[in-house]
Amino acid sequence: MQRPIRKLVLATSLVFAASQSYAFEPERTAECIAPANPGGGWDFTCRSVGKVLTDLDYIEGNVQTVNMPGAGGGVAFAHTVSKREGDEALIVAASTATTTRLAQGQFAGMNSDQVRWVGALGADYGVIAVAADSPYKNLNELFAAIKEEPTSVKFGGGSAAGGWDHLKVLIAAKADGVENLPKIKYLAYNGGAEAITQVVGGHIQAFTGDVSEVLGFVESGDLRVLAVMAEERLPGEYAGMPTAVEQGIQAIAPNWRGFYLPAGVSDDAYNWWAETVDGIYASDEWKTVMQQNGLMPFHKSGDDFTAFVNQQVQDIRDLSIEIGLIK
Amino acid sequence: METISFLLQGFAVALTPEHLMFAALGAMLGTLIGALPGLGPANGVAILIPLAFSLGLSPAASLIMLTSVYAGAMYGGRISSILLNIPGDEPAMMTCLDGYPMAMKGKAAEALAVSAIASFIGSLLATVGLIILAPILARFALHFGPAEYFALFALAFATLGGITGKNPVKTIVAAALGLMIATVGVDISTGNQRYTYNILELYEGIDFIIAIVGLFAVSELLFFIEKHVGEGLTAAKLNKLNLKMKDIVEILPTSLRGSVLGFISGVLPGAGASLGSFISYTLEKRMVGSKGNFGEGDPRGVAAPEAGNNAAANGALVPMLTLGVPGSGTTAVLLAMLISLNIQPGPMLFTQNAELVWGVIAALLVGNLMLLLLNIPMIGVFVKLLSIPPKYLMPVVTLVAAVGIYSISNSALDLYFMVGFGLMGYLLRKLDVPLVPVILGMLLGPEMELNLRHALTISDGDWTALFSSGLSIGIWIVALAGLLLPYVFGPILRRRMERARDRLEVPEEGD
Repeated sequence: MQRPIRKLVLATSLVFAASQSYAFEPERTAECIAPANPGGGWDFTCRSVGKVLTDLDYIEGNVQTVNMPGAGGGVAFAHTVSKREGDEALIVAASTATTTRLAQGQFAGMNSDQVRWVGALGADYGVIAVAADSPYKNLNELFAAIKEEPTSVKFGGGSAAGGWDHLKVLIAAKADGVENLPKIKYLAYNGGAEAITQVVGGHIQAFTGDVSEVLGFVESGDLRVLAVMAEERLPGEYAGMPTAVEQGIQAIAPNWRGFYLPAGVSDDAYNWWAETVDGIYASDEWKTVMQQNGLMPFHKSGDDFTAFVNQQVQDIRDLSIEIGLIK
Repeated sequence: METISFLLQGFAVALTPEHLMFAALGAMLGTLIGALPGLGPANGVAILIPLAFSLGLSPAASLIMLTSVYAGAMYGGRISSILLNIPGDEPAMMTCLDGYPMAMKGKAAEALAVSAIASFIGSLLATVGLIILAPILARFALHFGPAEYFALFALAFATLGGITGKNPVKTIVAAALGLMIATVGVDISTGNQRYTYNILELYEGIDFIIAIVGLFAVSELLFFIEKHVGEGLTAAKLNKLNLKMKDIVEILPTSLRGSVLGFISGVLPGAGASLGSFISYTLEKRMVGSKGNFGEGDPRGVAAPEAGNNAAANGALVPMLTLGVPGSGTTAVLLAMLISLNIQPGPMLFTQNAELVWGVIAALLVGNLMLLLLNIPMIGVFVKLLSIPPKYLMPVVTLVAAVGIYSISNSALDLYFMVGFGLMGYLLRKLDVPLVPVILGMLLGPEMELNLRHALTISDGDWTALFSSGLSIGIWIVALAGLLLPYVFGPILRRRMERARDRLEVPEEGD
């Protein structure tokens, strides 16, 4: 897996170097597909990035957000692969949910090589939390209980079984050396808030989700965060939450927000978009957007991002096979 | 105290010019829809959901508009009851009994005014009830675990056939259809696909908004084509309003009693507004006894059912907002809308989406005032609108429905589904199968399944967990009562309702 990527990196950087003089001219307008209904995370990604693209004059005209829900992003992915090849004025919002489904073969035979991953501009990190009156004070205690009796802790989260919220628990458990991962009980809810309600009500023991989902409940004193799954402590109001790493558990689970382009776009166009992602990420406008919407620092673009996506897909695939979700 | 500050914040949301405008628009359209015979509140909200999508409204604006439509439809139902002796929707059926005789005596304007005031009182008191009860219930709802929720959904299904279902078997068929449609898509408890046949568009299941619009709005159009109703209706003449203070004072106690009864029957899942107006009317008749001239144009006979059905309509919002279990057909449609706006109703709604909920509640109060104004000084406009030939109205409805559904996800497949559901709705209505249970099956079925599985996972497979808490046993008993009582009292109640409406033609179920 590693070597072809390295080759790709080399090849594209050569092309990049050669094409510096041939500046890519973006279309006057662009389109951003949000593979979900209005109001969700992808819709937000498209609309906020679209606005900054226009405000910073990367795109002269408007960036139109098109909602294309279905199959957890699968409909938009299939549309991009089959109908939009070579369209250089199109970006499609994606996140860890996209890589999870790709890894588990949930996009009916499609895979991550069929599009070009351009960059990510922020993330929401995984979190494991318990009710304020829970006996578990830290992640080690929680996993110690699971090692003793795997069914003693029931986790609830907002994604389907095998989805990202479920995988986060497994990533952390695996990192702590918990055996028999398939035995860990995960209850799928229709949304993070529903799962949190059940944790607060004492019906299940732990919540797994994104850190932005728990903030309100931590402030109101209903939840206690056992671990944030980021490299280091998050800024601002999240600073009080311990990471898994500082408890000796090497578990990192970013739910990044980013984009892919259709296959068949020129390398010039790809590089222009990758640099644009860098430019947006560095801008004050985007910093404001991140701060207002609880997005944490996370930035990758171009080949770096492509390698990251491929690695994430591989990791999720291995884990899914281990718990028997896919063969 | 906390509630009041939340409510004030709610007013800040509701009183923005944009939201005021949508509340007014919703109130207007709702009154019109309620007034048109055949279009009930559930249909009304269903028809206007696509409008919210085509206008690209924010969640708050969409909900404010749709709840105003809901409240407006409750007001509007009485107009055709009084003027045409045809109830605009089922909850307005009881209003015919004394409303039409009043109109025949040349007191149509008074009947409309009295009923508008009663509606206002009913709506106002029930909103106050909602403000007091909902946060308490929301806090209490934390005690609801999966076993309790499972029992609660069983209760919703058990009571659903009760009052409006004419034929229990057909109600069950309808609910089963809804449950079957709901199984399509990914099963979130296992992550497996069910009945999707590798068609990506089916992976997330069939959108109930599309089903609702198809079943209610498109089937309405098909019925129209079949009937060839080209011309509008001719209504009884409106006289000049001559309302004295005495007339208002006379109906006040009636309206208060009606409001309380209506609110209670609204809060109970499944009962809804029709029951509210029926109970209010019957009780009032019994209380006043031979002193009144009920059935011959007694203003109290107009006030009681109107206060009752408006109060029930707002009462039905309580279980919908706090537990995510709709109290009536229309609230089921509103629930579907909430879910597709990415807002999960339930106990946490009041803490996590406080601004939105309280904005909508404040909008109910504001909208109610607007509706009173619309329905007394401007009543003439609605009477005129009643005579708009449906041949102009229905194409507009179809256009809005198609544009709205397309704009949700830009998918032509959704339009085919909408038409398919329209055909299905037409067929079901021809066969006298009620439509609301189909929607409830689609909405509640997956939740019920999920909670059953969760309850069993938590108990490590022990089925007795479903009956282990006092709360769940209580709910099971109510569910059992809800299932059995209609068989005992249902026929009696329905016979009375039928005798009461004598020669009235009652349209499709409204609530």
